[in-house]
Amino acid sequence: MFLKQVSVFLENADGRLGSALNVLKNENINIISLSLADTTEFGMLRMIVSDPEKAKTALKSAGLSAHLTDVFAIKLPHVVGSLQSVVETISKAGINIEYMYALSTKDENACIVIKPADKEACAKALEGMKLDFVTDDMIKNF
Amino acid sequence: MNKIWNEAKECMSRDEMSVLQSKRLKKQVDYVYHNVEHYRKKMQSVGLEPGDINGIEDLNKLPYTTKDDLRDTYPFGLFAAPQSEIVRIHASSGTTGKATVVGYTRRDIEIWSECVSRALTMCGLGRNDIVQVAYGYGLFTGGLGAHYGVENLGATVVPMSTGNTKKLITMMKDFGATGIMCTPSYLLHIAETIIENGDLENIKLRAAVCGAEPWTEKMRLQIEEKLHLNCHDIYGLSEIMGPGVACDCELHQGLHIQEDHFLPEIISPETLEPIGENELGELVFTTLTKEGIPLIRYRTKDLTSITRCSCGCGRTTARIARFKGRSDDMLILRGVNVFPSQIEAALLELSETLPHYMIIIDRVNNLDTIEVQVEVEERFFSDEIKELEKLTKRIEGVIKQAIGLAVKVKLVEPKTLDRSEGKSVHVIDHRVFD
Repeated sequence: MFLKQVSVFLENADGRLGSALNVLKNENINIISLSLADTTEFGMLRMIVSDPEKAKTALKSAGLSAHLTDVFAIKLPHVVGSLQSVVETISKAGINIEYMYALSTKDENACIVIKPADKEACAKALEGMKLDFVTDDMIKNF
Repeated sequence: MNKIWNEAKECMSRDEMSVLQSKRLKKQVDYVYHNVEHYRKKMQSVGLEPGDINGIEDLNKLPYTTKDDLRDTYPFGLFAAPQSEIVRIHASSGTTGKATVVGYTRRDIEIWSECVSRALTMCGLGRNDIVQVAYGYGLFTGGLGAHYGVENLGATVVPMSTGNTKKLITMMKDFGATGIMCTPSYLLHIAETIIENGDLENIKLRAAVCGAEPWTEKMRLQIEEKLHLNCHDIYGLSEIMGPGVACDCELHQGLHIQEDHFLPEIISPETLEPIGENELGELVFTTLTKEGIPLIRYRTKDLTSITRCSCGCGRTTARIARFKGRSDDMLILRGVNVFPSQIEAALLELSETLPHYMIIIDRVNNLDTIEVQVEVEERFFSDEIKELEKLTKRIEGVIKQAIGLAVKVKLVEPKTLDRSEGKSVHVIDHRVFD
């Protein structure tokens, strides 16, 4: 049900994003989707990549602060209200969404990445919805 | 020429001064030996008795005192007078976060006030002046020390303390204040605010008496130019007394030490041997008349030089040059003594191991700014921005608790801070003091 996301702490300064991306390029790791959150002092780069474990190890040995976080990646049809119904289910269960962003896909569906405050409770809440999840074993050939 | 508050003491011949200092030193050493166990043991350990000290020529026989002696005897161990005679306590930061505590008898307060009055007279102030004291009031000696000196002078004191620049300027205008006492960086900030508001023509300031932090001759001239007044440098430290230990006269050729109360020496911080006139070294003071907490050969860690030639103002007291820095790692930020070790101890509170950190000090618009950079390591990592911001606030909180000053914490990537061999550099000070 879960998908591993790589998070990297970056200083809000020239060349920091570039150095992180360089590491992934040299390790032949494909970036499938990313989101970059910024504050005045620092940024948080969150990525779905072809090999998250390898990415984490490579980034860390390059001296960057990298972590793996479990997120939900849910395939959604291009139909009005499909995202709304997922968000409504999560919020009705009293679970806060920390952040979300879109995951690019090759098929005709849309895909959304969601990081809830409580992943176990969220998994339970989404159980009954018959959703299509993108999981770790699928991501290598995504 | 400005008046002299106590001509008999400030203008006595060098020979007379030596005789007076010798007499007072002998008495002070005897008093300390019989009233402070710590000193008695220190003297006994080098085989000294009060009778061995017959004058200032014997000063070199006495052991030094450092902040460690104050820390080891915290809080009252070096007090020579019984608590019933102590009328006031002041305190400043110690190296380990434990405060350095000093106590004053009624006579100590009188002598302190006398010293500040002498300084204010040097600055051209007198009983017809209205003086705003904008040093912090409290455990810090600046506020109350200045306050009592202004009262003793017979001038009118306005106890502003710090923190409300707008009110300070309003009262400066409305009361027609002619003198101000505060840190030089704060005065520059005040000056800029006055100029910005177009208030310069509405103020009557004639003299400023600044101290409690390192500053430059350039800053002094800048203040004079901006505010059209005479700006003076007052020096002191709580261990010895507080502000008023020395001050410069209108000729600004060094700070006159109140030598009949504080006996100065300059030593090499490396060899600890006394060094000659006009040579740079560490300033050491022996109190000559102190009752509460008399200190023998107290190492101030302040680097300066001394001259004993007489001054054009008529005073004969020894003068110290503008300070060139310190021989330890103590920082003076917004007038407050801060040791990097205090910040280190605060960071240790957050986890079992010390994170890599760097303290960056700068002066923006004449106010000291303190940024503490902390590396985001494994144990601090969260990919949620609100958690990282919470962490930043928490670090800022523990540091403020430890040093009493607000700092800005900046999280940085791991392994980006200096890791030089041996003792790594934890402080970058961008302020200029030449």
